[in-house]
Parts: sequence; structure tokens; C-alpha cells
Amino acid sequence: MAFGAFSSSTPVATEPAVRRRSPIALFLLLPGALYLSLFFLVPFVSLILTSFQAPREFGDIGQYDYAFKWENYVTVIQTYLPHILRSFGYAAIATVLALLFSYPLAYFIGVKLRRFPLWQALALTLVIAPFFISFLLRTLAWKQILSDEGPVVSALNALTILPEGAHITGTAGSVIFGLTYNFIPFMTLPIYASLERLDLRYVEAGGDLYASPTSTFLRVTVPLSLPGVVSGTLLTFIPASGDYINASSSFLGAPDTAMIGNVIEANFLQLQNYPAAAALSIVLMAVILVLVAIYVKRSGTEDLL
Amino acid sequence: MTVQAGTAIAETAKATPPASRRPFRLGVGKWGLGVYAVLAFVFLLIPIAYTIVFSFNQVRRTNIAWRGFTLDNWINVCDQQEVCEAFGNSVLVAVIATLLATALGTAMAIALVRYRFRFRAATTLLLFLPMATPEVVLGAGLAAQFLTAGVAKGLLTIILAHTMFCISFVVVTVRARVASLDPALEEAGRDLYASPAQVFWRITFPLLLPGIIAAALLSFALSFDDFIITNFNSGAAVTFPKYVYTAASRGIPAQANVIASAVFFIAIIGVVLSQVAAGIRRKRLGQNA
Repeated sequence: MAFGAFSSSTPVATEPAVRRRSPIALFLLLPGALYLSLFFLVPFVSLILTSFQAPREFGDIGQYDYAFKWENYVTVIQTYLPHILRSFGYAAIATVLALLFSYPLAYFIGVKLRRFPLWQALALTLVIAPFFISFLLRTLAWKQILSDEGPVVSALNALTILPEGAHITGTAGSVIFGLTYNFIPFMTLPIYASLERLDLRYVEAGGDLYASPTSTFLRVTVPLSLPGVVSGTLLTFIPASGDYINASSSFLGAPDTAMIGNVIEANFLQLQNYPAAAALSIVLMAVILVLVAIYVKRSGTEDLL
Repeated sequence: MTVQAGTAIAETAKATPPASRRPFRLGVGKWGLGVYAVLAFVFLLIPIAYTIVFSFNQVRRTNIAWRGFTLDNWINVCDQQEVCEAFGNSVLVAVIATLLATALGTAMAIALVRYRFRFRAATTLLLFLPMATPEVVLGAGLAAQFLTAGVAKGLLTIILAHTMFCISFVVVTVRARVASLDPALEEAGRDLYASPAQVFWRITFPLLLPGIIAAALLSFALSFDDFIITNFNSGAAVTFPKYVYTAASRGIPAQANVIASAVFFIAIIGVVLSQVAAGIRRKRLGQNA
């Protein structure tokens, strides 16, 4: 079913003509399927159960019993509505920025560099290079670069663009910047994969039929690269909305930029308020599923999923 | 793929005259896009360069201001014992999780391409969902389960968690390779009276190996750099990303930069070598054709 959107970088090869039925299949599938059931499905169920728990009577902090306490959801949504909205707002802006950054880059690598395989390979290596250095350290590097003592703030101060005493780090802007930077490769690679397979004869046909380069681009290139754009936006938006590193106070954020991930982490690992953390996780998951379903339907790429 | 498209362009280029009608020109000038790409690459590399440069910094209390070049941090990496221990834990976790995930995922990939079975849609969904779930939800779910089951958190729970999220990526990677494999080769083996085990180990496995290696490398990278899921399931155990996270508020020692830089160089060398090898192979195939 849903693999298409995520595996567009690997061309789907033709399926073999005959698929055999054999007990070997069970032997091959069972260990992995059991593993995923045990460590993905069961935890998901246990997360749902935890979200309905109530504090144990006369119990210590962190002790809960199962009770169908659906009010947990009302409480977390009321308490953390700003964080929830902020998460999806930041993630949406970061996704749009990453798309604007990545499309021309992917076009350059996939179309313009097509005749130079060596340069194309080098360019792709540069796109994935950020993956090879620790996620946390590269985010911290941006924190230093954008800090009040860093080169960016001093340059902007010297040009009097930035008012005296203003900061870059610890603002919504720097959190969105970090999210954008960290997820750019996830956006660029699927779009590249679509554009790389784009048959340029279609583009040429547009020109032959007297379409301007702009309208050829908008009416031929963009629609043909849409599968890549859809997978890229999903691969960026989903992890970005749940991220809590960029928004954390010791990285690019401040307490007032905390996202839903930060709240889940704090509730689970520090406050030991497991039901609240679980309910927030379920809310996050539910909103993502709804948004993704609407998005996929709207973008007319249902056959992808 | 690329070669075909290339020849298609070459042919049409001969047929269509003036360059002024070249359709894929976006209207940003001849060099506009190239200049943009170069700037984009510079932007992508900035924090990487920063991390590497500061691994050579002379450090007093903090590693924030540049105080001059030194190799001390590289020579005395393990002076910061915690950094080295965390790195060792990360490697251990990544190796075991990679082995487990690659074995389980490769078997599933073969089954998905080659066999008919019931619950195919359910199995595909089971593989897809972990990739579409935000890490914080995966992490909290597992942690809630370990809590309910009374399992003490530590390196073992980190390994269990990493194996879980790596399996799906292994399946996606290996599946493409299995699908591109010509069944006639295995049939030939069977025709020549090879046992099923011989067919697998002497034909199927060697042909799948590039895909399996790619999947293993991907798993290793995902596991090694994972922080969010680890943070929920590590208890007192410290991996390299977790070390960086806890040290972030009080200042990161330059030794952490050394380790990240070393990992970066090894990965880049690996990628370059594999691309050079692929280039040589392509050239050889080109000569034969």
C-alpha cells in the first residue's frame, strides 16, 4: 500500500510474473512481523491505554492505574493548545521553506547535471553530507553561529539591520530555521528522484507547441515532479512536527518556543506524568494522520499511497 | 536510465536548431541556477565545517571562541572519558541493531517480492507505519510499554528500539534489489541440481549483497545518530547523541567535535570510494557494449 510515497527514490522494478505460495514465506515473514508487532504495535496500544490512566490513590508521583479517564485528553489539549498549534505552524513554515530551497537545487542536480554523472554524484553527496555529522552537533553549530557573540548577529548589528540587543537564537525564527536546515535533504532527495526521471522530450514538446518556458515549467515539469514534492513534504513535515531538539532551550529555542515534542518529553521523562505524555502523543499522531490524508487527497496523488 | 535520457537529449539536440528555444531554461539566465546551487551547497556545509574546525580549537573552559589551531583534541580524544564511553556505546548499539534489523528486514523483503501470502496489505502497512510515525511517538510508546512490563531501561532497550525502526528502512532498500533480480538465474541453479540452500547462498545472496550492504549502512547511520527514541528508552545508559544533548547546556568538549568529524570523514570516504567503484564498473560495462 503506502510505500510509494516513501520509496520513490528507488525505481519500482517490475514484479515477477509468478508469486509462489510456499511455507517458506511464513518462515521469512514471521520473525520480522512478530518483532514489529511486539515493539511497534503493542507499544502503540500501550500508549493508548496509558493515555487513559489516572493517578493511583495514595500513590507516589509516577504511579498510575488504568481507568477510562478520557478527561486526560481535554486537559492536555486545554493546557498545551499553544504548543500543539505552534508545532504544526513551525513544521508547516519549515516545510514550505525547505521546498522553496530544495526545488531549484533538485532541478539543477536532476536536470542540468544529467549529462555529467560525476558532478551529479558529487552534488548528491553534498546534499546528504549533513546526515554524516551528528544531528545535535550541527544544530549546536548553528546555535553558535547565530548566537549573540556570533558572526551573523555582529554583521547584522554593524549594518544596523538588527536592532541593538535583539537576538536570533531563542526565537521562533531560529527554531524554524533549524527545522528547515535539518530536513532539507529529506525534501531534496525525493524531488531529485522525480526530476531525474523526467523525460525531457515532454518539456521540449511544450516548447515546440509555443508554450513559454514559464508555462512549460508550470504545466509540464511541476506536475511531473509532483510525486517527489509530495513525498518530500511528508518526509519533512512529519518529523518536523514531532521534533523537540531544534525548539529546545539548550539548542535554537527558548521556553516560549516549546513544541509538542518538548512537552511530551518533559511530561514523560521529567514530570513522570505518563498519561499526559501519552495523550499528547496520540493527539500528535491523530492530527498528522488527518493532515496527511487531506493533503494527499488535495494534491491528487492518492495513487501514491 | 541517465544514459538513455542523455542519448535522447543528444539526438533531439541535433534535430532542433537554435539554443534560444532550449525549453528547460527556466528563465533565470544561463548561470543563475548553477550559482544558486553552489550557494546552496555552501549553506548546507556551514555547520559541518564549523564542527570540524572547532575540533582543532585550543580549548580553555568552553569551545565557543576560536583560540588557535591544535591537534591536542584529536590526539587525546579519550581524555574526556565520557565522550569515548558514549561513542563506544553508540557503536555497540548500532552494530547489534544493524545486524538484527538487516537479518529480519532482508527476509521480509524477499518474502514480499517472491511469495504470495495472506495479510500482504496488513504486512505492508505494518512496515510503513513506523516510518510515518513521528519519532517522539515511537519513543514514548516503547517507553510506556517497557514501563508497564517492568523492563529496566538500558543499552538493551535502546538496541530493541533501534532494531524496530531500522527494519522498515531495510525492507524498502532490499526490496528494490530483490525485485530487480532475474529469477531465471536461480532457476538455472535449480536445473543444475543445486539444493535450495545452495541456490540461496551461491546465487541469490551474492546478487542481493549490494542491496543488503546499502541497507545495513543506512541502519547503522540511523541508529548511530538517533537521539529522540534513544532518549525515551535509555535510562541511565548514554549514547553519543545523548551525551551531546545533556552536555549542550554546560558546553560541549572539543573531543565530541573530534568524534563527529572523524565519523563524517569515514562516511564521506566510504561514499566517494563506492562512487568511484561504481564509475569504474560503468566504464568497463561501457567498453564491453
